[in-house]
Amino acid sequence: MIRFHAVSKNYPNGTTAVDELSLELAEGGITVLVGPSGCGKTTTLRMINRMVEPTAGTVSLRGRDIREIRAPELRRGIGYVIQHAGLFPHRTVLDNIATVPLLLGWNRKKARARAAQLLELVGLPHEMGRRYPNQLSGGQQQRVGVARALGADPPVLLMDEPFSAVDPIVRTELQAEFVRLQKELHKTIVFVTHDIDEAIRLGDHIAVFRTGGRLAQFDTPERLLAHPADAFVAGFVGQDRGIRRLSFVKAAEVPLRDGPVLPATAPVERARAAREPWVLVIDDERRPLGWAAVPELPQSGTLADASLLPLGPTFSLVADSARAALDSALLSPSRLAVGVDTDGAVVGVADAYELSATTVAADAAETEANEDVEAAGDRAGAGSAGGGEG
Amino acid sequence: MNELLNQLRLVGDWLASSQQWHGDGGIPQRLLEHLTYSGLSLLFAALIGLASGLLVGHTGRGAFAVAGVATLARAIPTFGLVVLVVTLAGLSTTPVLVALVALAVPPILLNTFEGVRGVDPATRDAARGVGMTEWQVLVRVEVPMALPLILLGLRIAAIQVVATATVAAYPGLGGLGRFIVDGLSRNDYELVIGGSTLVVVLALLVQIGFTALRRAIVSPGLRVAAFTS
Repeated sequence: MIRFHAVSKNYPNGTTAVDELSLELAEGGITVLVGPSGCGKTTTLRMINRMVEPTAGTVSLRGRDIREIRAPELRRGIGYVIQHAGLFPHRTVLDNIATVPLLLGWNRKKARARAAQLLELVGLPHEMGRRYPNQLSGGQQQRVGVARALGADPPVLLMDEPFSAVDPIVRTELQAEFVRLQKELHKTIVFVTHDIDEAIRLGDHIAVFRTGGRLAQFDTPERLLAHPADAFVAGFVGQDRGIRRLSFVKAAEVPLRDGPVLPATAPVERARAAREPWVLVIDDERRPLGWAAVPELPQSGTLADASLLPLGPTFSLVADSARAALDSALLSPSRLAVGVDTDGAVVGVADAYELSATTVAADAAETEANEDVEAAGDRAGAGSAGGGEG
Repeated sequence: MNELLNQLRLVGDWLASSQQWHGDGGIPQRLLEHLTYSGLSLLFAALIGLASGLLVGHTGRGAFAVAGVATLARAIPTFGLVVLVVTLAGLSTTPVLVALVALAVPPILLNTFEGVRGVDPATRDAARGVGMTEWQVLVRVEVPMALPLILLGLRIAAIQVVATATVAAYPGLGGLGRFIVDGLSRNDYELVIGGSTLVVVLALLVQIGFTALRRAIVSPGLRVAAFTS
């Protein structure tokens, strides 16, 4: 879809923004360019819509060298979102969104109708179309920026740190909206950020750049966390990449046991017989009631007579990741995570050590897969599995 | 106080007397002359000032020259320039117009340039990024955003020109300055004050006109103060 072939950008003062970059971005996915400041990620992005012209090499879009296309024409076919939205303050929100359709020569009525549709798509009320950008909050402006980029329904969207100028709460909200939008629209998106968390949350593929404009690694988020190509990438991905990796393990893969899970009707002797320090007490529909500390159980009677400690968060085997399971374990008074199904019924429990087994299993599966790939030869195309050279 | 009231009455009498409103050398004729000189010089000055201000502001090239030319032009005394050009070119409309244009260009040029240059680089970047040609960036984004400053420059220029066009009377070319020049030479203070009043009223009308124009053509998005929604 978008292909960089030996692309470099050098400036007359001798700095190299991008150095011999070769990269192929798949259609219909989100590729995140990430790296420290001065690593050439924004320059790389801006070379796709000719806002920056490369010094050497070619950038092609759907097999066509973009230098063959007049810059304004090329840009009208590529959505562009920038950090502070860059809205036109003298135009209403609706007219901002209608910018590209109007440039393409649509009549005003059709362009406005399209703009109204997009306003709704990005989750803003219809009345907001008549306002001016300086009457909007930062988050709202950014939504309008996204709507403007989608004006003529371009197949490709370039986003240059679109969410970094808003506060963390609004950012999380915008990221969630963005993921929802992408599920609906299936655009080919190139997204620049300096925030590795954002990259991992949003990217289907991540290209990590190092200072001097060199590509350090190009991989899926899972593989980036599991197998950083070198010390730079490992350092950039962060100290807690082990925990982050759990985000990519489905909770359903977590091994659970139900030894310490007992109904409230069970006699206290059964709890002692389980040889666990804690038991999880459940009702007759297997819904969790709370934790009972075994040494503090009454001498006789059932578990219904025991005093229970509150449950703490549970995790859903259907919707959550192993990271949520770990969180559940850490916040539980018993240090055991409680896994529930869609009805909220307890399936089983696991401690942090048992949870970590999931990544060990994932590693083993991956090593096996890699050996298969290597056995099949090294002809695999750039882009998917192989890491780029640093 | 009495003196002031007395003078006001004099002006009132002068303005009210019907002979001032008819025939050769009457107020309508002088006013028309005045407006012609002012309008023509403002038109030329706007052409020069807007064109070069937009060009330099958009490209960013020649900013140093703009500052230099503007400062130099402002340092030249208008009256001196009229005398100089009359001496060189002879008695005609041209020297007066040249002097008035020279007076009007700097505020227009400087404000236009500042207005365009002051457009947020992110907005300009976005304009190019969504696929506007350089011309479209200028006409659809930079000019509308610079409009408050462009109008300010034109207004300053217009008021200065209207006030200064009185010098046209010195080389004998009429205009409202005629009343003042004649009044001074005849020691007819009624005439001097009457003429001056007309010039002041005209300048005020220009001011009101520009305020109305600003209301009409500057986007509300540039006027409203930011408020949270």
